[in-house]
Amino acid sequence: MSGVRLLVGTRKGAFILTADGKRQQWDIAGPHFGGWEIYHLKGSPADPNRLYASQTSGWFGQILQRSNDAGKTWETVGNKFVYDGPTGQHLWYDGTPHPWEFKRVWHLEPSLKDPDTVYAGVEDAAMFRTTDGGQNWQELTGLRTHQSAGKWQPGAGGLCLHTILIDPSNPKRLFIAISAAGAFRSEDEGQSWRPINKGLKSNNEIPDPNAEVGHCVHRLAMHRSKPGVLFMQKHWDVMRSDDAGDSWREVSGNLPTDFGFVIDVHAHDPETIYVVPIKSDSEHYPPDGQLRVYRSRTGGEQWEALTNGLPQRDCYVNVLRDAMSVDALDKCGVYFGTTGGQVYASADGGDTWTAAALNLPPVLSVEAQTLP
Amino acid sequence: MIRVILPQHLRTLARVDGEVTVDVPGPPTLGGVLTALESTYPVLQGTMRDHVTLKRRPFVRFYACEQDLSHDPPDNPLPEPVASGAEPFLVVGAMAGG
Repeated sequence: MSGVRLLVGTRKGAFILTADGKRQQWDIAGPHFGGWEIYHLKGSPADPNRLYASQTSGWFGQILQRSNDAGKTWETVGNKFVYDGPTGQHLWYDGTPHPWEFKRVWHLEPSLKDPDTVYAGVEDAAMFRTTDGGQNWQELTGLRTHQSAGKWQPGAGGLCLHTILIDPSNPKRLFIAISAAGAFRSEDEGQSWRPINKGLKSNNEIPDPNAEVGHCVHRLAMHRSKPGVLFMQKHWDVMRSDDAGDSWREVSGNLPTDFGFVIDVHAHDPETIYVVPIKSDSEHYPPDGQLRVYRSRTGGEQWEALTNGLPQRDCYVNVLRDAMSVDALDKCGVYFGTTGGQVYASADGGDTWTAAALNLPPVLSVEAQTLP
Repeated sequence: MIRVILPQHLRTLARVDGEVTVDVPGPPTLGGVLTALESTYPVLQGTMRDHVTLKRRPFVRFYACEQDLSHDPPDNPLPEPVASGAEPFLVVGAMAGG
């Protein structure tokens, strides 16, 4: 029987949750790498038992872990993330120049075809790639040396490259997002990049609200059948592009607040999308203490609250940007983790929810793997 | 032979229990011990000091003989009791919560 594996990164370790296709009973394994921050784990689409994990610590820096057996055992691989060439400067919070400094790996995106090739998005923002299973990492310098990079400025979480999407119809085309620089697209596997932020408005956040860069993009999402359609949860505003990022329009519609971090797309319907509205940029919890996922079946604008099984009073958790994922079963499973340590699962596209885990450390990331 | 006590998380990474020992060629120095540790346990590269600049990570400290050696130049000789093996060299994660 098919099943689902959830790779959950938390502030104090990694957990692997597994369930059969019913997705009602969850087995929790972990913590792996207890005491370390696990910003992200992800499996290779080409070999689902090949996992990669970003393990970091304020004390001891960055470690990369790899598993060849679905997380039963792990081995450390290369952790040398060195910017290639002069590091240059970006803007600091106060608008003064600040040198690039590597801090951690936020996001790992394995190649669609090769388990040994992985992209890594790091803080301070840059893109690295390994082609030998994580032993060696080379920077793709075209991003950090983009002519706009001197204007990039960190969001409250740091100057982080947190989203990497690979176009399944053309793996040379990549999309990435940086807080707070914006979204970028590459047509040559990351060698060169162009900002794709036309239509974003960041009033009261940057001097020119329509600037080419400087927007605090929290997350991008794409459906594999329509890689030219992108969805974005920005700091404020939920946005949509129908031309691979060349232009964007707001689709926040009737959301109770359009601030948030996560956004994802239904596995089988490219016009069904999910967000978790958060009250404001300083009040990082759901409005009215009610944890609600909002679903749009129209690619935005019209949204419905999904509440069945989610706490509807006194709930003040956040859902961080890498902490939502979907599986490919029928019906589509939707999952998200909270800063309160809960992982919620829906086996019916969001209609009903159950807690797959209730008492983990604060959740940083959730990735769903659909198992044969 | 230099005796070294690593913090728990680095022992886990290096897959060792308790105290470890490393050989340091010539008169043992702070930098020499770190190089020997990284050579013996490559997984520790980058965890105590920067890969390239070799600058100590801010929240890592080096103690020995009830002294804080964290700010000593890397080619400073280690105290004689450490060099002779009578006392261990301690790698410590700075005290902090979280």
